[in-house]
Amino acid sequence: MDADNKVRRKEVLSSMCDERARMLQDQFSVSVNHVHALAILISTFHYYKNPSAIDQETFAEYTARTAFERPLLSGVAYAERVVHSEREEFERQHGWTIKTMQREPSPVRDEYAPVILSQETVSYIESLDMMSGEEDRENILRARATGKAVLTNPFRLLGSHHLGVVLTFPVYKSKLPTRPTVEERIEATAGYLGGAFDVESLVENLLGQLAGNQAILVHVYDITNSSDHLIMYGHQDEDGDLALLYESKLDFGDPFRKHTMICRYHQKAPTSWTALTTAFLFFVICLLVGYILYGAAIHIVKVEDDFHEMQELKVRAEAADVAKSQFLATVSHEIRTPMNGILGMLALLLDTDLSSTQRDYAQTAQVCGKALITLINEVLDRAKIEAGKLEMETVPFDLRSILDDVLSLFSEKSRNKGVELAVFVSDKVPEMVMGDPGRFRQIITNLVGNSVKFTERGHIFVKVHLAENTKPVADTKAENCLNGGSDDSVLLSGAHQFKTLSGYEAADERNSWDSFKNLVSYEESRYDASINMTVAGETSQSVSLMVSVEDTGIGIPLIAQDRVFMPFMQADSSTSRNYGGTGIGLSITKCLVELMGGHISFVSRPQVGSTFSFTADFGRCKKASFNETKKPNTEDLPSSFRGLKAMVVDGKPVRASVTRYHLKRLGMLAEVASSVKRAVSACGINGSSCGSKIQPDIILVEKDSWLSGEDGDLSLLMLDRKQNGHMFKLPKMILLATNITNAELEKAKAAGFADTTIMKPMRASMVAACLQQVLGIWKKRQAGKDTQNGSLRSLLCGKKILVVDDNMVNRRVAAGALKKFGAAVECAESGKAALKLLQIPHSFDACFMDIQMPEMDGFEATRRLRMMESQANEQMNGGDTDEGLAQKSEWHVPILAMTADVIHATYDKCLKCGMDGYVSKPFEEENLYQAVAKFFKVKPISDS
Amino acid sequence: MDVVNQLQRQFLDYSASLHREGFLDDQFTQLQKLQDENSPDFVVEVASLFFEDCEKLINNMARALEQQQGVDFKQVDASVHQLKGSSSSIGAMRVKNVCIAFRSFCEAQNREGCLRCLQQVTQEYSLLKNKLQTLFRLEQQILAAGGSVPTIE
Repeated sequence: MDADNKVRRKEVLSSMCDERARMLQDQFSVSVNHVHALAILISTFHYYKNPSAIDQETFAEYTARTAFERPLLSGVAYAERVVHSEREEFERQHGWTIKTMQREPSPVRDEYAPVILSQETVSYIESLDMMSGEEDRENILRARATGKAVLTNPFRLLGSHHLGVVLTFPVYKSKLPTRPTVEERIEATAGYLGGAFDVESLVENLLGQLAGNQAILVHVYDITNSSDHLIMYGHQDEDGDLALLYESKLDFGDPFRKHTMICRYHQKAPTSWTALTTAFLFFVICLLVGYILYGAAIHIVKVEDDFHEMQELKVRAEAADVAKSQFLATVSHEIRTPMNGILGMLALLLDTDLSSTQRDYAQTAQVCGKALITLINEVLDRAKIEAGKLEMETVPFDLRSILDDVLSLFSEKSRNKGVELAVFVSDKVPEMVMGDPGRFRQIITNLVGNSVKFTERGHIFVKVHLAENTKPVADTKAENCLNGGSDDSVLLSGAHQFKTLSGYEAADERNSWDSFKNLVSYEESRYDASINMTVAGETSQSVSLMVSVEDTGIGIPLIAQDRVFMPFMQADSSTSRNYGGTGIGLSITKCLVELMGGHISFVSRPQVGSTFSFTADFGRCKKASFNETKKPNTEDLPSSFRGLKAMVVDGKPVRASVTRYHLKRLGMLAEVASSVKRAVSACGINGSSCGSKIQPDIILVEKDSWLSGEDGDLSLLMLDRKQNGHMFKLPKMILLATNITNAELEKAKAAGFADTTIMKPMRASMVAACLQQVLGIWKKRQAGKDTQNGSLRSLLCGKKILVVDDNMVNRRVAAGALKKFGAAVECAESGKAALKLLQIPHSFDACFMDIQMPEMDGFEATRRLRMMESQANEQMNGGDTDEGLAQKSEWHVPILAMTADVIHATYDKCLKCGMDGYVSKPFEEENLYQAVAKFFKVKPISDS
Repeated sequence: MDVVNQLQRQFLDYSASLHREGFLDDQFTQLQKLQDENSPDFVVEVASLFFEDCEKLINNMARALEQQQGVDFKQVDASVHQLKGSSSSIGAMRVKNVCIAFRSFCEAQNREGCLRCLQQVTQEYSLLKNKLQTLFRLEQQILAAGGSVPTIE
């Protein structure tokens, strides 16, 4: 754009310059022509005519009148050629002397050229010798030699002092030959016609006539002498646009002289808008790009800073996580210590003479304490569940006693709320199953805990069946084994009641009596065939159980039902405000259930209640082993009630079944009567033929049934009966109640009930304790303990065990404990000594290894031992394969770590180093048993 | 028979008080259970091992902590660890608890705290020693009177 502009500007300048040059040249040549004409005029009228037709007057007038023809010329004059010899005559003829330019009489010369005719404007040069001026003389000489118009150098004109040039034409006296030589010309020369060009005013005029005069600056130079340009027009010091100029040649008709016109702009070229805009835009773009780059750089720096900050935060978070685990480990460890104290004290308390209520309280406290310790471990495991690292144990356990324990945990709470809490386990469920008792307990605790939390009235009912039995069996025989309870309950209450445990409506009908009785009766009908069933059942390795927890609580709002199992989600935000809790329980429960190979579901109706059901797979326990291997957490139920007959009086068949279930567990025979009246009749009190009637030892009366108005009857009738000699002894009457006021208790006592009331929730052990008190049968406490020791004894008896510990006292204690169970113990006081003793072949069955030992710790010792073993195994397998494999396929002595540290990380490390497990130090029988049971096959006691 | 009964009662009360005051914990009871006809002096044997061990370790620690500068806390820590192990094995709960505090001072390299703990350990140890000796004396008396030592649960 700018280049275009420049080109155009240059073109304009050149055209303007050329135009000026041409005009100047034209005008100049017009003037020159005219002067030429004058020269011819003079030669014609001055020389060819004799006498001359022209004198000064004529010439002056003529030239004045033709001055318009020569606008460039300030004036013209004619000088005659006078040789020195003619001077005197000439002076005389004209009446004046020839003067020099300086107006002095001319000195003597060869030749003179005095002005004889002149225009008026230049009359002052008359009589001046033109040859006395340097410029003019040269001009004259050149003119007469060439015969053409010649120009002088520019000089200051006389008079006007303007820059100008003098034009000189030669005038010849006679006609010249066609090709005259220089000498002939000089000879023929008569005079010289000259005119002064006032170039300055000439050009000034000329330019004035042209457009664009203001825009350009014109200089005219005489460049005859190329090294020294003589200025003819224009001021030397005038400045203009020096960058751009244009030169035009001028030809003024004198071949000797060269002239040139130089034009330039007055002002510098205005900078073009486009250039400006472009530059501006470019600048703006640069600015923007710069800003963008700057922004990007800033952003990158910021992101980098953020990244570093994040990294730091990550490191801190990880540190916090580690700290959290550390904290949990420490705290749980620290809580265990005082808890052990509490449990020890409770154990001591239980050994003192306590009333059954006190015993129950103390037992509950102990169970709760144990649960708390379990809970602490669970807290540690919680993180593991989330990390998906939880592993399930597989040990035999008694499902029923776990359920009892869980119920006892919540008994206080439910009693305070007046909520009935009950558990029922189907007879078909094996007594011992293989699984993870801790996790099972955790699930039940979670579910029951939730139910207790959200239930203010009614009941919470835990029910366990075999999963395949939960569907009501279609071909169930209609015969009602339980005295046709369903009809009577309606009769009894007189109002519409749901046939559930407490009479309140439950969300899931499956637990109502109609289906429940089918189940019970189905089981009963198959009872005879149960031997076949169990045999058939035992062929399969696992048993699938269906557990349901039913409550009559507030239920779960419909909208919240689909996120119940999501962690940290409660039904709504007000839930945690009203009921507390984190909402993590159910999600953990779900994980656990899935780990047990089952699934969990629920049915819930708001304001009616919820029923959570889950299935879980457990391994079947070998019949032989669970006779021997009573689990440590199994509370042994006393056998002293075996064979006793009991009568349960309860209007609610489901509840009656529960009571019956507990009594059955104690080995008692139980019958159910729906009301006192029926009970009395069943006992044959009013009937005559007592032989067919049962003679109950105990009558258990539900408080509700007793309060329904027929209380007097029973005891009175009983007494009456005894007095009549119909009965040999009065059956004990025991009241069953969820809660009871003192007044009611007094009334009950007055009515002939025993002092002890069985408080719900019922647990087999608690029922047993109450019955003991009522019946005065005291079991031998040691009975349970012995079998347990026995089982451990059966495991360890005759085994050769190496105990490695640097601590003398620990060594002695561990050895003592193991010896107690019949093991042969050897001790080593360092890892090195242990390695020496364990050089292959050795005869040890197991090794108990302390972890923290100076020089070589337990991990290191184990690692080396395993290395030794693998070498030996290789050799053996490489060499005598047949014999070696037959005897002992591989050397691998079970190594158990002994540690006071209960954190699971340690356990992982133990396994990593090739250990097989760990026992906590100091030894606890239970723990020891669990660890040892994995390696040693159970031997019947008789073997030892 | 009365004397034996009284002694037995006294023995039970005394050991209950030891538990109550936290000198002993469940582990000691476990030890007592381990004692039977095959090893009639098991508890006494273990206890005397423990006392020997204790005295040795306390002396070690005292010597290590005597230095004004450059106490070898690692060595002290090792000794405390030993003592902690022994005391938890025998069920000396109060000694064990002091050991736990002691170890944290060792980790912090706090000489003042260590010295204070050492003093406490020494005190607890001698207290326990007295108490246990009394207990064993009672046991001896019961046996001498022809009774059997009652078992504690």
